[in-house]
Amino acid sequence: MAKRSAPEVNAGSMADIAFLLLIFFLVTTTIETDTGINSKLPPIEEQPENPPPRKEKNIFIVLINQNEELLVEDERMELKDLRQAAIDFLDNGGGDCNYCQGAKDPASSDNPLKAVISLQNDRETEYGAYIAVQNELVAAFNYLRNREANRLFGKSFIQMEKDFNDSQYRGNKDKLEEQIKQIREMFPLNLSEAEPKERE
Amino acid sequence: MSKFKKKKSGDLPAISTASLPDIVFMLLFFFMVATVMRQNTLMVENRLPFADQTEKLEKKDLVMYIYAGKPSERYQKQFGKEARIQLNDKFADVNDIQQFIIEERESKREELQGLLTTSLKIDSETGMGLVSDIKYELRKAEAYRVNYTTKNGEAIKNMQ
Repeated sequence: MAKRSAPEVNAGSMADIAFLLLIFFLVTTTIETDTGINSKLPPIEEQPENPPPRKEKNIFIVLINQNEELLVEDERMELKDLRQAAIDFLDNGGGDCNYCQGAKDPASSDNPLKAVISLQNDRETEYGAYIAVQNELVAAFNYLRNREANRLFGKSFIQMEKDFNDSQYRGNKDKLEEQIKQIREMFPLNLSEAEPKERE
Repeated sequence: MSKFKKKKSGDLPAISTASLPDIVFMLLFFFMVATVMRQNTLMVENRLPFADQTEKLEKKDLVMYIYAGKPSERYQKQFGKEARIQLNDKFADVNDIQQFIIEERESKREELQGLLTTSLKIDSETGMGLVSDIKYELRKAEAYRVNYTTKNGEAIKNMQ
């Protein structure tokens, strides 16, 4: 018997169907941004009557006013210098700190555990400026944490965190967690934010 | 005689469109994969600030979104130009945040409730007053994990 060939399916309209779907997805697509600066808010607690005294030198005050100008430790500063200033402050190691590499200036912070960065802003400060400052301060912490992580474990802190969140990572996660914790404790993210001041 | 009429040979052959569906499908798959369906229609202007020390938000289903900014142009007549908060699909007041957080929390499984993160999508021109009010409400609602959602870029761009 002669072989009967199957009738060919007309695929001419396939393109139309695909276009239709394509246009639908084109219209509905919004490439969402899903990156950002993580932060942890402090719980609300009753202010103790006498808060434990913190030495003046262990506090690094960053002020942003409504004109997006910075006042760091009573001096005006440009944003680009803030990162280095924060690193110098945190890494100073004026007291007992065996891993600090700073200037050991007795007028600056004792060690990174005691050092606190205090961020203050006006109610009229723009959010963008606040994020810019926050970004620089986080960058300072990341820089120091990376340095210590590289020294102790031969790997940057950012990479360690990335590995920890990576489900395909093949190393020992418990150990990694331990190491991340250790680095975090060496440079705790002591960022304090005051309630914004009403402009008088 | 027409019987012997020769076909003209100078005609251009028709371009084959057989591979068109393939090309279109390729594009289609790209957009299908890249698409995230928006949960909320934005009613506020939302130009996010720039930052470069960012972390990626993992686990999209454990994120609550709070938007803030100036109302978009078509809502300005009704709501004015003052920056406002948007929760889900409507404008909200600062006082509504706690309720919103509680509702979001209840909709998640119990063991995941502690892992919820709040993503703050705030227009870079918003005043810090509103932002601090939001943060204070979040603290009251015990939603301490926040993510200031930003675009990737040099932070200095925010100051211009």
